[in-house]
Amino acid sequence: MVKTTSKDTQALFHSLRSAYATTPTNLKIIDLYVVFSVFTALIQVVYMAIVGSFPFNSFLSGVLSCIGTAVLAVCLRIQVNKENKEFKDLPPERAFADFVLCNLVLHLVIMNFLG
Amino acid sequence: MAASETSNGTALRYAFGNVLSFFILLLIGVLAFSIRLFSVIKYESVIHEFDPYFNYRVTQYLTKNGIYDFWNWFDDRTWYPLGRVIGGTVYPGLTLTAGTLYWILNSLNIPLSVETVCVFTAPIFSAFASWATYLLTKEVKGAGAGLTAAVLLAMVPSYISRSVAGSYDNEAVAIFALIFTFFLYIKVCSWGGYTFIINLIPMHVLLCIVTGRYSSRLYIAYAPLVVLGTLLASLVPVVGFNAVLTSEHFGSFLVFIIIHVVALVYYIKGILSPKMFKVAVTLVLSIGLVVCCAVIAVLVALVASSPTKGWSGRSLSLLDPTYASKYIPIIASVSEHQPPTWPSYFMDINVLAFLVPAGIIACFSPLSDASSFVVLYIVTSVYFSGVMVRLMLVLAPAACIMSGIALSASFDVFTRSIKFQLPGVKGNSQVDAGDTSSEGVVAQNEVAKTDKNEEALKERPSKKNRKKEKEHVEKPSVKAQTKKRLLVLPFEASIIAILLLILLGAFYVVHSVWAAAEAYSAPSIVLTSYSHDGLHVFDDFREAYSWLSHNTEVDDKVASWWDYGYQTTAMANRTVIVDNNTWNNTHIATVGTAMSSPEKAAWEIFDSLDVKYVLVVFGGLVGYPSDDINKFLWMVRIGGGVFPHIKEPDYLRDGQYRIDSQATPTMLNCLMYKLSYYRFVETDGKAFDRVRRTEIGKKHFKLTHFEEVFTTHHWMVRIYKLKPQKNRIRGKAKKSRSKASSTTSTKRGETQRKNPWH
Repeated sequence: MVKTTSKDTQALFHSLRSAYATTPTNLKIIDLYVVFSVFTALIQVVYMAIVGSFPFNSFLSGVLSCIGTAVLAVCLRIQVNKENKEFKDLPPERAFADFVLCNLVLHLVIMNFLG
Repeated sequence: MAASETSNGTALRYAFGNVLSFFILLLIGVLAFSIRLFSVIKYESVIHEFDPYFNYRVTQYLTKNGIYDFWNWFDDRTWYPLGRVIGGTVYPGLTLTAGTLYWILNSLNIPLSVETVCVFTAPIFSAFASWATYLLTKEVKGAGAGLTAAVLLAMVPSYISRSVAGSYDNEAVAIFALIFTFFLYIKVCSWGGYTFIINLIPMHVLLCIVTGRYSSRLYIAYAPLVVLGTLLASLVPVVGFNAVLTSEHFGSFLVFIIIHVVALVYYIKGILSPKMFKVAVTLVLSIGLVVCCAVIAVLVALVASSPTKGWSGRSLSLLDPTYASKYIPIIASVSEHQPPTWPSYFMDINVLAFLVPAGIIACFSPLSDASSFVVLYIVTSVYFSGVMVRLMLVLAPAACIMSGIALSASFDVFTRSIKFQLPGVKGNSQVDAGDTSSEGVVAQNEVAKTDKNEEALKERPSKKNRKKEKEHVEKPSVKAQTKKRLLVLPFEASIIAILLLILLGAFYVVHSVWAAAEAYSAPSIVLTSYSHDGLHVFDDFREAYSWLSHNTEVDDKVASWWDYGYQTTAMANRTVIVDNNTWNNTHIATVGTAMSSPEKAAWEIFDSLDVKYVLVVFGGLVGYPSDDINKFLWMVRIGGGVFPHIKEPDYLRDGQYRIDSQATPTMLNCLMYKLSYYRFVETDGKAFDRVRRTEIGKKHFKLTHFEEVFTTHHWMVRIYKLKPQKNRIRGKAKKSRSKASSTTSTKRGETQRKNPWH
C-alpha cells in the first residue's frame, strides 16, 4: 500500500514536472514572482508568530501587500496565458497595464496604511 | 422580426434605441430627483429627523476646517464630560461626498450653503442609484428589464422614505454605492455600505464554485477585490482593524482561501492527464483533510475565545432576531430595529412584492452568473428585511430589479405575440386569434391560463394567484427556447394582459406618489395636522432649540433623552450629555436613571454631570405620540440595566404602563412624570392627556429642585432649569425663585392664549 502510494507520488511529480516544463518562460517568471511573494508573506507570518504583532498595521500592510501582489500576479498570469480561451480577445499589453495600475493602487493604499 | 429588416435599418434602429433609452434614463433621473422634492414643497428646505442633523454638523465642520481636521476631530460638545472622537467613529462616505459636492459647486462659483447641498444630496444620489440599477439589470437581463427596473427603483416607496430631500443620511448614498458595487462586480473595487456587500459577494462566489461555474474570470473579479477591499476598509478609521479581526469578515477570507484552492485544482487539472489527476486528488485529499481539520480547529478556538464570539451586537441581532431584545435594550429600543409587520411590506414595496417571484423564475430560465447573483441578493435581503425594518431598504433595490425583469419579460411575451399575429389578423380581417389549426389546442390552453391570470392581476393578494402568475411567466420563457411558435398567445388575451400590466404599473405609480407626498415627506421636526378648522403647523422643536441658543450660555449643558442629542448640538449649539450615537451604554443609563428617579435624586445626578437645563418632549396636549412619556419605559429598562435600584415593575401597575390615578407612586413621583405634567392641569382644568387618552393621576404638584424656564407654543418641548443648591445661598435662591415664578406666570398666560385647541 505504502509502496504503491509512493510510486504514484513519484509518477505524479514526474508528470507534473514534465507538464510544467512546457509552459512558456515568461509565465515561469511570473510563477517565480508569485512563489517569491507568497514566501515573503510566510516569513512575515512566522516572524509575527515569534515576535508578536505589536505594530499591527505594519504587519497587516506587509502581509497584505505580499498577498496582494501575488494575487495580482496570478490574475496577470491567467490573462496572458495563451492556453486560456476565456481571454483570447484580451491583448497581453492591456493585461499588463491592468496589473501595473492595480499594483499602483494597492501600494498607495499600503503606504497609507503603513502609518 | 429583425431578419425582415435590412441591415442598414437594424443599425439605424439600434442607434435610435440607444438614443431613446438615453433620454428615458435622463427622464428617470429627473423623476427620481423630483419625486423626492415633496418635502421641500410641502414644508421647507430643512434637514429631517435626528441622524441627518449630526451628519449636517459633521459636513459643516468638514467644509469649514478641511479634511485633516475632520479626521482628528474630537467633539467636546456631546457626551459631556467624555466627549467623542468623531473622526474615528463616523462612516465618512456621506460627509465626504457632500463635502466634495459643496467644494465643486463653490469652485464653479455656485454659492450654495452647506445646508442646501446636504438637503439635496439624497435626491441626487437616488437618481444615480436608478441609473446604477439600469446598468446592473442590463447585465442580468438586457436593456428593457434595466429600464423597467430603473423606473421602479426611482419611485419605490421604501427607498423614498430614506432619501427624500432633507433626509441626509448614510442610506441615501449607500444604496447607490451598493448597487454600483454589485454592477462593477458583475461587470468585472469597493467602498461604502459594507458588511452586507462583503458577505454577499463571497456567498455568490461560493455558490458559483459549488454549482461548478468556476471560471478564471471569477478569480480575477474576486481575489483582488478581497485584498484591496480589506485594505481600503481598514483605512477608514471606524472600521480599522475590525476588518481583519471580527468574524463578520472571516467569511470573505475563507472564500478567498477556497477560491485559491479551486483555482489551483483547475490549473493542475488542466496540465495533467485525467488518470494522474485522480491520483493527485486522492493524495491531496488525504493530506488536505488533516490540514483542514487543524485550521478549522484553530479558527473555532480563536472565534470562541473572543467575547461575543467575534460578532458585533448589531449583526448578531440580525442572525438571531431575539438577540437584541434579550441582551441589549438600547438596540431594541430603536423602532427601526424592530421586525417589520406585513402591512409595512405592502406599504414599502407595494406591487413589487407580487412581481418578485415571477422575476426569480425569469432569472432562472437561462441561469447565468449575473442572474444567479441577483437571485442570491434577493433571497438574502428578504431574510434580512424580515429581521429589521431598517433593512427593508436593502430589499428595495433587489425587489425593483426582480420586478423589472418580470415586467419586461411579460411585456416581451405579450408584444411579441401581438406582433406575430398582426399580419394574420389583417389577412383574415377577423379578429380571431385561436383559429390556426396547428396551434388551436395550445392557444386554447393559453386562453384559459391568461384568463386566470387576468383574474389574478385583478385581485392581487393571496398566494395562489402569485403562483399562477409565476407559472404564467415561466411558461413562455421556457418555451422561448424550445419553440418560438408556441409563444404565441391569443391576440385579445395579450392586449388585455398588457392593459392589466399597465394598470398594475399605474397603481404602483399612484401609490408611490402618494407615499412620497403624504407618508414619507414629514421632516419630523416640523409637524402638521389637519383638523376641522384647517391646517396646524407645530414648529415647537425649532422654537425650543432657538430659545436655547439665544437664552443660555454657550457652555451650558443640556440633558435630554438621547433621541434629541443630535438636534440639540446641531440646532441649539449646546453641549449635551448623551446623543443618538449610543456608544456608551452607562452614560445613557445614567440619564435614564435620573429621569426615572424622584426629584431630589435626579437633581443630584444631573448636578454631578454639570447639567444646567433639562429638556423633555411632551405630546399630551396636542396628541404627539412619540414623546418622552411613551419612551419612558425604555429609560427605566436601560437605566435599570446598569443601576439595579431602578426596577421596571415599580413603574407598572399589574404589568400595565399607566399614568392615570391607578399608576404606582414611583411612577407618579419620578422626574419624567413631573417634568412632563407640571402645570398641565392649568391647560384645560382636567389634565386630559391626548396621547394616552386618560386623565393624569397626579394633577397638582410643585417642583422643588427644578424650575420651568420655557415651554413651547404647543407644550411639545418643555425646558427646565436646575435650581441652585438651596442651603448655601438661601437668600439668593429665594429671590430667584420668586422671579422665576413671576416669569412662568406670564408665560402661562401666553401659552394658554395661543393654545390652538381652545
